[in-house]
Amino acid sequence: MLELDNLSKHFGGVKAVDGVSLDVKKGEIFGLIGPNGSGKSTIVNLIAGLLLPTSGRIIVDTRDVTGLQSHALVALGVARTFQNIRLFGQLAVWQNLWVAENRDRQRRSQPVVPRWLNGFAADRERIGKLLEFSGLAHKRDDLAANLSFGEQRRLELARALAAEPKLLLLDEPAAGMNAEEIEELDRRIRAIRDSGVTVLLIEHHMELIMAVADRIAVLNFGQKIAEGRPAEVQAHPQVREAYLGKAA
Amino acid sequence: MDFYLGLLQIIGVHTLLGLSAYVVLLTGQVSLAQAGFMAIGAYVAAMLTVLAKWALLPAMLAGGSVAAVVACLVGFPALRVRGLILVVATLAFGEAVRLFFFNFDYQIAMGDIRVGPLGGEGFRQIRYFPENGWTTFQVMVFIWLVVGTVMAALWWMDRSRAGAVLRAVGEDEVAAQSCGINLTAVKVLAMTAGGFIAGLAGAIYAHYTTHIEQGNFNIMVATFAIAYPILGGLSNVFGTLAAVVFIQGFLVEGLRFLGDWRNLLFGALIVLAMNLRPGGLLDARTTAALQRLRILARDPAAWRRVMGQLASGAAFSGAHAAVRRRIESWRGSPGA
Repeated sequence: MLELDNLSKHFGGVKAVDGVSLDVKKGEIFGLIGPNGSGKSTIVNLIAGLLLPTSGRIIVDTRDVTGLQSHALVALGVARTFQNIRLFGQLAVWQNLWVAENRDRQRRSQPVVPRWLNGFAADRERIGKLLEFSGLAHKRDDLAANLSFGEQRRLELARALAAEPKLLLLDEPAAGMNAEEIEELDRRIRAIRDSGVTVLLIEHHMELIMAVADRIAVLNFGQKIAEGRPAEVQAHPQVREAYLGKAA
Repeated sequence: MDFYLGLLQIIGVHTLLGLSAYVVLLTGQVSLAQAGFMAIGAYVAAMLTVLAKWALLPAMLAGGSVAAVVACLVGFPALRVRGLILVVATLAFGEAVRLFFFNFDYQIAMGDIRVGPLGGEGFRQIRYFPENGWTTFQVMVFIWLVVGTVMAALWWMDRSRAGAVLRAVGEDEVAAQSCGINLTAVKVLAMTAGGFIAGLAGAIYAHYTTHIEQGNFNIMVATFAIAYPILGGLSNVFGTLAAVVFIQGFLVEGLRFLGDWRNLLFGALIVLAMNLRPGGLLDARTTAALQRLRILARDPAAWRRVMGQLASGAAFSGAHAAVRRRIESWRGSPGA
C-alpha cells in the first residue's frame, strides 16, 4: 500500500530523514515511533506532499507519487491529521468536513442550485452521518474554534476520513489526551482499519501504539533502527538504547 | 437631490471595488492591485463605447473580462509570494497599470473632435449616458442593479461550498492543501473573480464621471478597496456595503462641513471603529445575532418566550414591571 524507498530529507546539514525504507501492507496499522527529533513528522510531511524529499521514492498503491502536491495525493487517497491540530476555526464543524469531502461523493449529489435553495440541507445531513462516527453530531453547527480540545482532535480525524482515504496518516493523535480518550481513540483506529483503510500511526504514547499497531518501525536520528511486531521491537537492544540510553 | 443621487452612485461603485477586494481577502491575500484592475476595466469599457460605439452592457462585460484575464495572469506569479511581499508585488502592479495609462495615447477623429485616451490628459468625453438621454436617477438605478447582482452572486458563493473553501484557504493553507484543496486554483480563481468585479466597477465609474485619468486609480483608491472589507468584516458581503456607507457617506461627505478638520477626524474615526469593532462593522457575532432574530421572527412561541424572559428578568424596576404587565396583557394572560 505504501512503500518508502531509501527516502532522505536533508535540511542544510541536518539529515532529518536518512535513507529510510518501509513497506506498509494493505489493511494494517503500521506504527512509527522514535525519540523527539528522530524524523517521524518529517516522514509524514514527505508522504503527504508538504515537503519534497532530497532523494528516494514514495510509492502509494504501486504508483510513484514522489513530488506530487498535497491536494493531488488526497485525490489518490492519502489523508492526514496534524500533530498540532489545524482545523478551520471560523468554519462550522460540518463545513470543516464539507471542504474536505471526497470529490466523487459530491458529484453523486444533486446539482448546486436546488441544493443551495435548500440551505444545503442534504449536504449537512450527509455530513451529519460522518460526524456521528466521531460523536460530534450534536455540535454540527458550532464553530470549530469553540470545540473542546478532545472534540477538535476527533473533528480533525473525521475531516481526514471525509476524504475517504485508502491510506491515513495519523501524526500523534493521542497527544494531550487523557486515558479515557486514548481508549476511545484505540477503538476508533481499529474501526478505521477494519473498514479497509491502511493506517500509518505516529505516536509517543507507547501503551497505545503497542496495543494497536500490527507492525512497528523505530526511527532514531533519521534512520530506521528496528522493525517488526510490537513485542519484537520492544525487546530490540538498539531500541532500548535509543529510548533509555546505553547501559553503563 | 442630484447631490444624493451622485453620492449613491459613488457608494455603488466603491461597494463593487470593496467586494472585488473582499473575494481576494477571503483567501487570506491582501491585494493592492484592485485599483489597477479598475483602471483596466474603465479604459477598456470606455474605449469600446466611445471609439467602437458598443452598447454599455457588452462594453462593461468586456472591460470586466479583460481585467479578469489580467488578474488571472497576475495571480500566478503573485502566488509565489505571500504576506507583505504580496502586498508590495500587487502595489507595484497597480502602479505599473497607472503609469501605463499615463503614457497611453489612442485617439481617433470623430466629427470635428478627437476622442480617446490621451496620456496624462486623461480620457474625456465618455458621453454614453448623456448621448442616450439617461437621467442621473436612471444611472443610479442601473448602478445599483449591477451592485445588487454582484452582491447576490457573492452571497450565493459565500453560502455554497466555494465560500467554505475560500475561507478554509484563508485560515490555514497547509490544512486546506491536506484536505485536497488545490491552492493555486483557488487563489487564482479568487484573484480572477476580484479582477472581474473591479473591472465592472471601473467600467461604471468611467461612464458616470464621463472623464477618467490615471490619477483616479492611484494607491489611495487601492487602499480604500481593501479598507472596506477589512473595516466592514468578512462574515458576509453586507459588511463591505456597511463600511462603504460609513466611509463614503458619513466620513467623506457627511463631515464635509468640518472643512480641513475633516481629514483629522476621518482617521480618528476609522481607528475608533476598528477598536470598537475589531472583527469588522458586521462581525460574526452580529451576524449570528441577526440570524437568531430571523429564526425567532418565524417562531411566535419562541418570540413570546424570549420576550417573557426579558420582562421577568427586568421586573425588579417599576418601569420594567409596567412593560411586563403590558406584554402579559398582549398575551391575554390573567393578572394583567
